[in-house]
Amino acid sequence: MGIAIALAGNPNSGKTTLFNALTGARQHVGNYPGVTVEKKEGKYSDDIGEFNIVDLPGTYSLTAYSMEEVVARDYLVNEKPAMVVDIIDASNLERNLYLCVQFLEMGMPVTIALNMMDVANKRGIEIDHKKLSKLLNIPVVPTIARKGHGKKKLLQAIAAKSESNIEPLKISYGQDIDTALDEMEDMIKSSGFLTNRYNARWTAIKYLENDGQVKELGSKGDKNLDLQLETIVEKVTKHLAATLDTHPEGMIADQRYGFINSILKQGIIKRYHDENRLQISDKIDKVVTNRFLGPIIMIAIIMGLYKFTFSYSEMPVSWFESFFGWLSGAVDSALPEGLLKSLIVSGIIDGAGGVLGFVPLIMFMFFGVSLLEDSGYLARMSFMLDRIFRMFGLHGSSVMAFIISGGIAGGCAVPGVMATRTLKSPKERLATLLTVPFMNCGAKLPVFALLIAAFFSENEAQMMLVITLIAWFGALIVARILRSTVIKGEATPFVMELPPYRMPTLKGILIHTWERTWQYIKKAGTVILGVSIIIWAMMTFPGLDENQSKLFEDQRAVITSQAGYAILSDIETLESDQLSAQASAVKDNLSRVDLDEAKAGLKNSIAGRIGTSLEGLTKFAGFDWRTNIALVGGFAAKEVVVSTLGTAYSLGEVDPEEKGSLSERLKSAEGWGPLTAFSLIIFTIFYAPCFVTVICIAREAGSWKWAGFSVVFNTVLAFGLSVLCYQVGSVIM
Amino acid sequence: METISLRQMRVDQTGTIVSIKAAGELGRRIRDMGLIPGKEIRIQGKAPLYDPVSLRIMGFTLMLRNNEADHIQVEV
Repeated sequence: MGIAIALAGNPNSGKTTLFNALTGARQHVGNYPGVTVEKKEGKYSDDIGEFNIVDLPGTYSLTAYSMEEVVARDYLVNEKPAMVVDIIDASNLERNLYLCVQFLEMGMPVTIALNMMDVANKRGIEIDHKKLSKLLNIPVVPTIARKGHGKKKLLQAIAAKSESNIEPLKISYGQDIDTALDEMEDMIKSSGFLTNRYNARWTAIKYLENDGQVKELGSKGDKNLDLQLETIVEKVTKHLAATLDTHPEGMIADQRYGFINSILKQGIIKRYHDENRLQISDKIDKVVTNRFLGPIIMIAIIMGLYKFTFSYSEMPVSWFESFFGWLSGAVDSALPEGLLKSLIVSGIIDGAGGVLGFVPLIMFMFFGVSLLEDSGYLARMSFMLDRIFRMFGLHGSSVMAFIISGGIAGGCAVPGVMATRTLKSPKERLATLLTVPFMNCGAKLPVFALLIAAFFSENEAQMMLVITLIAWFGALIVARILRSTVIKGEATPFVMELPPYRMPTLKGILIHTWERTWQYIKKAGTVILGVSIIIWAMMTFPGLDENQSKLFEDQRAVITSQAGYAILSDIETLESDQLSAQASAVKDNLSRVDLDEAKAGLKNSIAGRIGTSLEGLTKFAGFDWRTNIALVGGFAAKEVVVSTLGTAYSLGEVDPEEKGSLSERLKSAEGWGPLTAFSLIIFTIFYAPCFVTVICIAREAGSWKWAGFSVVFNTVLAFGLSVLCYQVGSVIM
Repeated sequence: METISLRQMRVDQTGTIVSIKAAGELGRRIRDMGLIPGKEIRIQGKAPLYDPVSLRIMGFTLMLRNNEADHIQVEV
């Protein structure tokens, strides 16, 4: 059994960096039970001891204000870790201690990791950590998480301290509140009200702070006492309003800062510069968020990310492609004709290979996105874009969910939908939830990449930008429509930190990239493979009945009997360029019959029947039954569109000599052109999210109604837009 | 010395927070981030569309919307 420790702290304090430094690759990413806030766990062991480490979500406070804060404090209350390691940004001591003080008030055992000491020193800040430790009566260990400095000392301090019992910190909140607190504390203690969860004074403070979660627990637990406590709170509230023109909540916050100040004033911090003087970050911001330069730089960065992703991933993508090409070739020649070969080549290798072939692309994209995230640039994007987002009834923080979902192409709507948890207002959150699936997630990329390679190969990067802009505009307009129809309501607080620019650590980015890519591969490996096989079965069975097969057999017999033995044996033995004109014609006729038979078989299959029956409707958008099958498959996961198209076309063209890539096949396929491709791109952007996302939407929105809404609404919208594009395009072109 | 709302402050202007009129969620978030009476702030910049505004307090940078800045009175 290791020592259980929880890492807590403000966002941007280097918490995740320390977690990575401690656990390395030995970490497990999951979710907190019942909610979708990410839970990271890891292990560390050496001669100091064995530690089980949990990385709590980054928070500024411990109110019931956001899901992260509730998750963090519930974890502490329920799991009672032996030590809370509060990671504090040394250059931001005062604000960071605000959270620390709240842990101490809860009665948690706390060790401070005074992080980013190097940055603080550079800014001319010196901190007497020994004195701070003495005044707060908890261990304080200076660390530089990026370099791994101080982690041993930190763990030694934890190991030494983790068994002693802790008395909750008592802060004076002024006479009025203190008197009320004492009274409430006595009442709570004597009746054992919530004392199995919280210490009595903390419960009292939370009542005064008007904390939704604690009050709800309280009113369910002991109605009578709950009412008595409320009466006291009401009395204090009235009194404070009359005498000091404030309320308990404000008073408590002010006094907490007052307490922190009284400690810091005792010579903890030495400053060699003015604390608000311009830092390098601020100088960069003068340019990067400049009214004119800012948006230009932003677009340039997004474009740069595409270039990076497309050009650097080209080589590994082609390695993957040729590997899978070689694999299916090998299986093709090793196995006899039949169902098994068809299953392995057309179902498994083509399906999974087509998807895994895009792993390098997705990896490069995630690498770039992590770089933007960790460097602090994403926060600037939200700063610059908030005004616009608000116009559409969203929040500047929505930008995160949009970006993670693929606002910068290559995300995933599943974590994107989960990222909306940071949004407190249910209405802005819902609007974000329902529109983030329009973003170009990593799974849609293969579809776009395929179509671009086939029909817009000269303008790859520009086309990707156009697709991204269409997704954004569509999402924002739909959000506005939703916010003024089905989800009306007021805006929520925006106030948030603009973190300083930081050079991201390679390790952090690699772990991040790997986590996200692994998520994709897992999805591709399980769901996609399963769906590929189901779809293969749908496209193979029931096949042609005897009468139909006989028809094709008869056609072949007619051709061969007319051709004569000499020509047939030439076709068997000679290369095609050595054949006589007559023999070539016979060979072509024979293979046309084969093609027709395969096509008839596919059309007769389950999927073919679905696709064909929809063709009457989808022809207005330019989609034939093959595309229909692919789009139905994409319902399970968007990348299936590619693998299904691949399967559909490799089954349709039986000539094994023709090993061109799928995009080459589409280029020469009947009914395909730039207009059809564009119509399909539009449909892919907007139609129903994959079922994993749909499940997440149901969970996040708290009802299946919204999940159902997103499936039906998005598909109808997508179809309408595709038809519009195709019809207008047909008239113009 | 005069007291104005934070929205009215110019870029690079400094001042001391006098009071915060916001209650509830907005008030709580504002306080959690360290915006409390007595703190000195400096307007750092404004977004390309003049909203939100970024400001410097206790050595870090915050951003908030103009309609939130309305609740904060500052002595300049």
